[in-house]
Amino acid sequence: MSSKKEPGVQAPKKGFSRRGFLHGVGITSGALGAGILEQEAAAAPPVNVTGLGEAPVTLTINGKPVKVNVEPRTTLLDAMRDRLEITGAKRVCDRGTCGACTVIIGGKVMYSCTVLAIDAQGKDIQTIEGLSNGNKMHPIIPAFANNDGLQCGYCTSGFVMASKGFLDRNPNPTYEQVKAGLGGNLCRCGTYVGIRKAVLEAAKELKGGKNA
Amino acid sequence: MPNYNWPPMESRRVMGKRVTRLDGIQKASGKAKYNSDVRPAGTIHGVILHSPHAHARIKSVDTSAAEKLEGVTAVRVVAPAGTEIQWAGAEIATVAARTEEIAHDAVRLIKVGYEVLPHLVREDDLSKAGSRAKPAGEAVTGDPDAAFKQADVVHEGVYGIPVITHCCLEPHGQTVAWNGDTVEYFPSTQNVSGIGGDLAKGLQLAAGKVHVHMDNVGGGFGSKFASDLWGLEAAKLSKASGGKPVKMYLDRNPEQTIAGVRPSVYAKIKLAAKKDGTFTAWDSTSWMTGGFAGGGLNADLLPYVYRQVPNRRINHTAVSTNNGAQRAWRAPNHPQVSYITCSALDDLAAKLNMDPLEFFIKNANLTAKPDVYTSQLKKAAELIDWKNQWHPRGDKRAGVIKRGLGLAVGMWGGAGHASQCRTNIHPDGTVEVELGSQDLGTGTRTVIVQVAAESLGLPMNAITLKIGDNSLPVSGASGGSTTVGGVSSSTRISNLNALEKLFEVVAPGLGVPPDQLEAVDGKVQVKGTPAKSLTWKAACQKLGVRTISEMGANDQRNPRGLNTGGVSGVHMADVSVDIETGVVKINKVVAVNDCGLVINPKTAEGQVYGGVIMGICSALMEERVADEGTGRVLNADMEFYKLAGIADIGEIVVHMDITPEHDKRGVVGLGEPATIPTTAAIANACANAIGVRVPTLPLNAKNVLNALNGRRLA
Ligand code: FES
Ligand code: FES
Repeated sequence: MSSKKEPGVQAPKKGFSRRGFLHGVGITSGALGAGILEQEAAAAPPVNVTGLGEAPVTLTINGKPVKVNVEPRTTLLDAMRDRLEITGAKRVCDRGTCGACTVIIGGKVMYSCTVLAIDAQGKDIQTIEGLSNGNKMHPIIPAFANNDGLQCGYCTSGFVMASKGFLDRNPNPTYEQVKAGLGGNLCRCGTYVGIRKAVLEAAKELKGGKNA
Repeated sequence: MPNYNWPPMESRRVMGKRVTRLDGIQKASGKAKYNSDVRPAGTIHGVILHSPHAHARIKSVDTSAAEKLEGVTAVRVVAPAGTEIQWAGAEIATVAARTEEIAHDAVRLIKVGYEVLPHLVREDDLSKAGSRAKPAGEAVTGDPDAAFKQADVVHEGVYGIPVITHCCLEPHGQTVAWNGDTVEYFPSTQNVSGIGGDLAKGLQLAAGKVHVHMDNVGGGFGSKFASDLWGLEAAKLSKASGGKPVKMYLDRNPEQTIAGVRPSVYAKIKLAAKKDGTFTAWDSTSWMTGGFAGGGLNADLLPYVYRQVPNRRINHTAVSTNNGAQRAWRAPNHPQVSYITCSALDDLAAKLNMDPLEFFIKNANLTAKPDVYTSQLKKAAELIDWKNQWHPRGDKRAGVIKRGLGLAVGMWGGAGHASQCRTNIHPDGTVEVELGSQDLGTGTRTVIVQVAAESLGLPMNAITLKIGDNSLPVSGASGGSTTVGGVSSSTRISNLNALEKLFEVVAPGLGVPPDQLEAVDGKVQVKGTPAKSLTWKAACQKLGVRTISEMGANDQRNPRGLNTGGVSGVHMADVSVDIETGVVKINKVVAVNDCGLVINPKTAEGQVYGGVIMGICSALMEERVADEGTGRVLNADMEFYKLAGIADIGEIVVHMDITPEHDKRGVVGLGEPATIPTTAAIANACANAIGVRVPTLPLNAKNVLNALNGRRLA
């Protein structure tokens, strides 16, 4: 029922693993610099080559450059969660369906589980961690809390990022637009009633802020 | 002994208020830590190799290539040669490696020889179950045969509600560090106080050797009580890797396959009534599966709520299938028996040409609480405008969109679990409240602090709450909607015990006996005399260097009137069905639930919204599809295992009976009762709209169109 939104990489077909695909053809697909390939060839004895090994990349997350070692197949989500301790985005379906891993890349709302870390180089990556700084926070955050738009909270970072991206594009949303605009995220606890209210309230708040 | 009673409803300052949950900002800003976010220094990753076959004997497991892979720190065989695998997804071996990617590679290098054996993975057609079907025997009350003979109207139908999964967003798993002596354990659990002992048993350690910590959990719904095989394995991988912390969470496919399901229920039901609508007889032959063990359904609940029907015959059969095992699922048994009962009763009412509202009210004397159900049915009817919107079965208006109303009932226990709480009052006036409990997102943190603030006469921000650690006083697992009753009662008792000690110290200075003191508005004062008082801080200073530390417990045998069990609920649904496409759309769901004393109406409403939405998911889309050909689950992901999205839920109206009469019963759990009747109400609304019963859920296009085309179940 949830419509997909702007996935960075097309969702894999059933029975066809994204990682297996990259593992199989990624090396010849031109996605890698020759330097990395050479390093790889030199580093690992052939019998053990089943992955392609790690290489350093620089990602720009919330305005700051961060260095991280990733494999070509490592998703942006896994790079953040398992290597950078940036854990707001959650890994739930890991296949571009649920939205728990939502980030904003170059202004576009994306599922970070369907973006490879190496492909995210040179792009402006905004995560939930970038929406608050001490007591200062984007109005969507208190709006979620005040309207009880969360329970267990595991879908919440994704919903908050999707809502932020939605409000960036739709500063005056109607109720119906909110329902359509957040169709790419799923919540198991059933917090949609609060989320609808939260997004409308944050829209008002944002406008108030601008006019002031 | 202090008077532990809840303060009178009208004089409460914090309890009963719509307080915003305390961890809302933490969660909405992404700062809240879940154990799947936790990676202590040196963390390595565990990955499980799962069986692709539903039934097989392991002939060989060769891990040599995996062991040699650079970065692998440990490989363990879980199912050695000779093991019989009974469901797809069963664990064969586990690997720990420096990165998750390497661990996945290593798992792929493990060679397993399988002798594939015949399997049974579907139970919807009982005739195919053969010796895998285990009848539970017959139970009879009254004389059903005579009753059917004498009846004016008899209806027979077949109903089915398939296996569904918990689909917790945070998968099952943990990070564990075991250095051989002590264990640091970070599980995703509903059972902070108990799960450490569970793991310790598996590791043959003393319970005290396992330290559990968890701040937040991303959903459990009944599936996260035990340490499970993956907990044990992660610990053993850690030990084999020199005590490095091992993070091992299930991937989504196994999460949907082996981490718990709600059992199915199918039933052939025959039921009878007199012309005037008096329900006289019930005869059901039901069957279900909860996986290889067959699983249990409490068929004795039938006919649900209307169980005092004078004549009943119950036959029930559990089918052992080669699927992952059932686990408790938000209100075990109840949503399924609510569905089959209320659908059958609704069909009987239709055959009587009777408004089901009238039928359910007329027979309320067959329920345990005739008055409560009658008033809830009337309230829900008013909120959904039943009088004006209901029509006899089959929307006769022109057009392809048909609209209908339906209703269903539920009941639940929800009395408080065993819980202990410690309250510390320090000389500087700070207060700690400590329980080995957990907040599943139900608002547990918030209600505990509301109770403490109320009991100690302090603002909520003066209370420091500690939960989520098994070094804290033991508090029950969160299941059965027992948490709110348990923790609110133990907190209240512990708070007042601590306050009593403070009063003993302060009383001489105020010139009255300790029992003449009260704590209100941040002061300790002579009862009703604010002029004779000390500020909280000044009162606590009198402790000198001593900290008061007092326990309190909810005793389930004597909850002192603070909590109780036994609630009822009526849900009604308004749906539209497109008879060309078979798409069912929710217009509105009304939920009327009683829930005793409500500590926080805001989070309590959230529980009802959530329960209703889960009921919508189960009514419209959820079904675990097991494939008889391959023995595997075809939709073990979140794309083809459907959940409702934000546009799919219509309008939801929550009505809670917050009245002095319900309040005086004390606190009762709400999380489970809130989900029970929704599914059946939607199914009945669909039948009312399109004029025929869709016998098997979910109400997806296939099942709706089949029903419209006259195709029946099996
Ligand atoms: S985890 Fe990325 S969309 Fe579900
Ligand atoms: S709040 Fe739990 S999944 Fe959305």
